[in-house]
This record gives sequence, structure tokens and C-alpha cells, in this order.
Amino acid sequence: MQADLVARVQADPRFQELVQKRTRYNWTMAIIMMIVYYVFILFIAFNPSALAAKLGAGTVMSVGILTGFLIIVFAFILTGIYVRRANSEFDALTAQIKENAK
Amino acid sequence: MMMRPMMIAAGLAALAYAGVTLAADGAAAKSVNVPATSMFLVFVALTLGITYWAAQRTRTAKDFYTAGGGITGFQNGLALAGDYMSAASFLGIAGLVFANGFDGLIYSIGFLVGWPIMLFLLAEKLRNLGKYTFADVASYRLSQVPVRTVAAIASLVVVAMYLIAQMVGAGKLIETLFGLPYTYAVVIVGVLMILYVTFGGMLATTWVQIIKAVLLLSGATFMALAVLFAFGFDFNAMFSKAVEISPKHDAIMAPGSLVKDPISAISLGLALMFGVAGLPHILMRFFTVSDAKEARKSVLFATGFIGYFYILTFIIGFGAIIMVSTDPAYLDAAKKLIGGNNMAAIHLSHAIGGDIFLGFISAVAFATILAVVSGLTLAGASAVSHDLYANAFKRGQVDEQAEMRFSKYATIALGIVAIFLGIAFEKQNIAFMVGLAFAVAASANFPILFLAIYWRGLTTRGAVMGGLGGLLTAVVLVVLSKTVWVDVFGYKDAIVPYKDPAIFSMPVAFILAWFFSITDKSAQAQQEREAFTAQYVRSETGIGAEGASHH
Repeated sequence: MQADLVARVQADPRFQELVQKRTRYNWTMAIIMMIVYYVFILFIAFNPSALAAKLGAGTVMSVGILTGFLIIVFAFILTGIYVRRANSEFDALTAQIKENAK
Repeated sequence: MMMRPMMIAAGLAALAYAGVTLAADGAAAKSVNVPATSMFLVFVALTLGITYWAAQRTRTAKDFYTAGGGITGFQNGLALAGDYMSAASFLGIAGLVFANGFDGLIYSIGFLVGWPIMLFLLAEKLRNLGKYTFADVASYRLSQVPVRTVAAIASLVVVAMYLIAQMVGAGKLIETLFGLPYTYAVVIVGVLMILYVTFGGMLATTWVQIIKAVLLLSGATFMALAVLFAFGFDFNAMFSKAVEISPKHDAIMAPGSLVKDPISAISLGLALMFGVAGLPHILMRFFTVSDAKEARKSVLFATGFIGYFYILTFIIGFGAIIMVSTDPAYLDAAKKLIGGNNMAAIHLSHAIGGDIFLGFISAVAFATILAVVSGLTLAGASAVSHDLYANAFKRGQVDEQAEMRFSKYATIALGIVAIFLGIAFEKQNIAFMVGLAFAVAASANFPILFLAIYWRGLTTRGAVMGGLGGLLTAVVLVVLSKTVWVDVFGYKDAIVPYKDPAIFSMPVAFILAWFFSITDKSAQAQQEREAFTAQYVRSETGIGAEGASHH
């Protein structure tokens, strides 16, 4: 990439806005996913009996299995939320930056 | 154009070989599974047809490596899911749930959560910077020869481990299901995968993967629905019955013995979570879509399909506890499952739909192996031809046609190596292979890729030391652990008490990369740091990124 193009893009305030917003968003989402997963893993490692607990009297369904299913669904929903924002807001901003840099 | 008749001839030869073998075996009175064999032959005929179609559309190196970059997000999502839903994860996780209940879910979740992480942190930047392989991205502003060499070696280690696991699994599965001798099964898988990849490149590999993913998802959905139907779609009733029947009773609903101590639990979690973002055959698929938007969509679809698939596998495992574990038809003299716990899903298909459905699921399992090994071989061949040959050995001074020709030779060579490895490892305990593949991916590929994209300070020296350090630490720790030292070499006690190395090998990679970068005072290192700015702008905006080719 030519140096002048790089300089022009970097000078665009919208580029700074995009990078700032998206970087924060990316890491927030990644950290949420990691926390959810590692809390689950740490429970398995340190407090398995909490996951073995039953959801209610008379049910065999355990907290662990329900949590497991919910984490799978959560991962998908989180991905969906991310893609929705990235494919609209961030891509629109990117398109403007590209247009401006031409 | 000489290739087409050759391809058809070779395909027919493979089929004829299969036919003859079956006839010979049938004579030996071992039951040949007719529905399974015929359905599998239909799959092979269809995929060879697709390969023929794809071969005519594969003219340039870009076509060969990335299917021309014109795959849609939805198609790529299915293909990614297909790459990930190997026979090992279908039969293995169902078997794990069958034996241990809840513990199977730990693996499923670990395998899944790597996907969102990859989307948030890598997918878009990878797509914006790369061309054919992830080494393109790792070496974007660094010295091509050393960085690509390290990336290619790590990729080949991952591909080899994965391939051995799949080939041995294929041989054993096909031996059991189709009544075909082990060696023949491995050879047939090897020959078909060479045909798909050599002639049809990424386009054929992708479509084979898509077809298989649809078949596998449909088959698994049918099985899970059949299990739930038997209990009037009442989960609680299903779990109650399983708890009553299972010899472990209520223990199958809770964390068990699979994860022994906190270090192992965290280490396994790290390898699973970051391993996905270091698997070369997965990363390569991000270059088959036209832009970052489609790349993101493909991860969304992949996460959905994979998550759904793991929920199905869980239900299938419980279904097998209920419908298979008490039926003497599926048990041997010692009251164990015939063919081992990994056959739980296969036996369940018979319990649900008789010989015809067993045939369908068997054929799908065979197709799954075939599709996954094809993707792996293409990734391995790309590492050899694009990274080692074209960019490291020839320093980029090679024309596209020559590079593509070389990648076809590399595919054939890898295919032959895979066949030999499959045969050589027949009697070995290969349980550690996929785990090691993930550990290496998380400890060598992921750190250099991540640092190359995010850290201005990374230099060639740092990337090389970090990549090699992570690779060697992961391999050495696995060799010294129980899985290899005791289970393979037969020593009495393991030297390293932990099975999963990632908690040690990932920090080693990051620390070495950091240390050897900051202490690198050379002029070249300074240039590499300065080149980060241009890379950063491209990675964030996609300006200058590879587009789709139109023809």
C-alpha cells in the first residue's frame, strides 16, 4: 500500500472512530465469551457439585447440562449480535473511509 | 485437458477396486453392508461428478487455493462446519456422551467457543490481509523465508496429526461397517481424496464438504428427533430413563472423571478455545469468500451449524445409552459395545431405522472422513507449494501455473504419505493425535498469527522463536505425558503429569516471541515495525485486500 494512501486513511477522523469503536467492541465481545467459558471450566475444576445439582425436586436435569446447552446457544447469539453490527454500522463506516481515500 | 480422462479412469479404478474388494470379502462370508455400500457409491459418483465440474473451473492458482474467492458466506459456513464435524467429533463425542454423559459436553463447548473468539479477533483481519494461507498474514511485513517456513512446518505438523487420526479412524470404521479390509479402506480414502483435491482444488473440496455437512446434519437431526419422539419430546423423561439404565446412574448428569484437576481443565480449555484459530484448513477457508462481510457471515453460520450439531450429538449419546446399551444385539460377550464406544451412534442408527438407516449413517460417516481428509490435504499441500516452494524456496519468483502444478504434485505426495501413515499407525494408540493437533495450533500458529496482526513490535526473529518454541514445547510435553509415554511407549509412569500442554506451551510461544522481538535491534527489525502501519490500515479497512475473481 502506498505511503500517501496510508497517511490519508489515517488522517481520516472516521478511520479513528471506526478503529476505536470496533476494537473496543471486538475485545468486549471476546472477553464476554472467555469469561462465560472459563467460569464454566472453573466450576468443573473446582466446584463440580454445583453443576451436578438438580434444577428442581423431581427433575433429573442438572444445572450443568442446562448451562452447557445455554452456553452453546449464547455463543451463537453473541456471534449473531456481532455480525449484525459489524455488517451494518462498521461496514458503512469502512465504505465511507474507502471512498474518501480514493 | 489430458487430466479429465485420467481423472475419470482413476475414479473408476478406485470404484472397481472397491467393488472387487467387496466381492472378495463377501465370498469370505463377512456380511457386506449392501445399503451402506450402495449409498456410499452414489456419494462417490456424485462427488467425482462435482470434481469433474470443478476441474473445468480451476484454471489459476487462486481458483485452486480459494475456489476463486467466490464462495458465499452461507456456503462457506456449511463448509467450515463440515471441516469441523469430522467423523472423530461425530462418533467420538457421541461415544464420550454414551460412556460419560455430561463430560462429552465439556469437549463440545470447548470446540465451539473458539469460533466466536476467532470471529471477534481474527476473521476480518485475516481476510483483509491474506491471499491463500494464514502464513500470508503472519509473514505480511516480516521476512518471508523464515516466517513462512516456521508457519508451514507448524501447519504440516497439525495436518499430519489430524490426517493420521482421520485415516486410522477411517480404516477401522470402514472395516467394521463395510466389511472391507483395513488397508483397502485406507487406500480408497487416500485415492479419492487425491482425486478431489488434485483435479477440483478448493472448489471441489468445498462442495464435497458442503454435501457431506448437509447429509451429516440431516442424519443426526433424524436420529435426535427419533430419540426425543420416543419420549414425547420430554427431555426430563429421556434423561430419567438414561440415568436409570446407565451403570453410572446419576453421575452421567454431572462432571466426572474426564477432567481430573484444575490445571488440566484450564489447559484443555485453552487448547480447544485458541486451537480453532490456528487450524490451517479452517483458516484457509476465509480466503474463499469475497470480502470481510462474507467472512463474518460464514463464522455465524458455522457457529450455528456446529452448535446445533453438538446438541444433536449429546441427544444421540443419551439415546444410545437408552436404546443400545441394554440390547444384546449390540453387545459382545463382555457386555461391551461391539466395536467400542465410538460405535454408539452407529448402533443407535440401526436401533432407530434398521439396516437402511444404518447404511445411510455408515455412508455419511465414510463421506465425512473423505471430506475432512480432503480439506486437510489441501491445506497441507498449500503450505508446501505456496509457502515452502513458491515463497520460501523460489522467493516468490515463480509463475502461477508452475505453483499450481507444484501444489498438485504436493497433494499426490501428501496423499501417498497419508496412506502410508494410516497403514503404519493401524495398531498404534492414536487417541492423542487430535488433542496434539489442537495444542500445536494453539501454541504455534495462533500466537504468531495473533501477534503479527496486533503487535507492532513483532519481528521476524520473535515470530520464528515464538512459533518454534510453542511447537516444540507442545510436542515434547505431549510425548512425555501419559498419552504417549505410557499409552504408546509403554513406560510405567509419565514424566509430565498433565495431558494437555497448552497452559505451558502457549505462554512459552508468547514470551519467546516477545523477548526475541524487543531485543532485536537490527535495521531489518526496525523496518518491520515501521511496516506495521500500512498493514494495520489494510487489516482494519480491507483497502488493497484480495477480491473474488470473475470468470
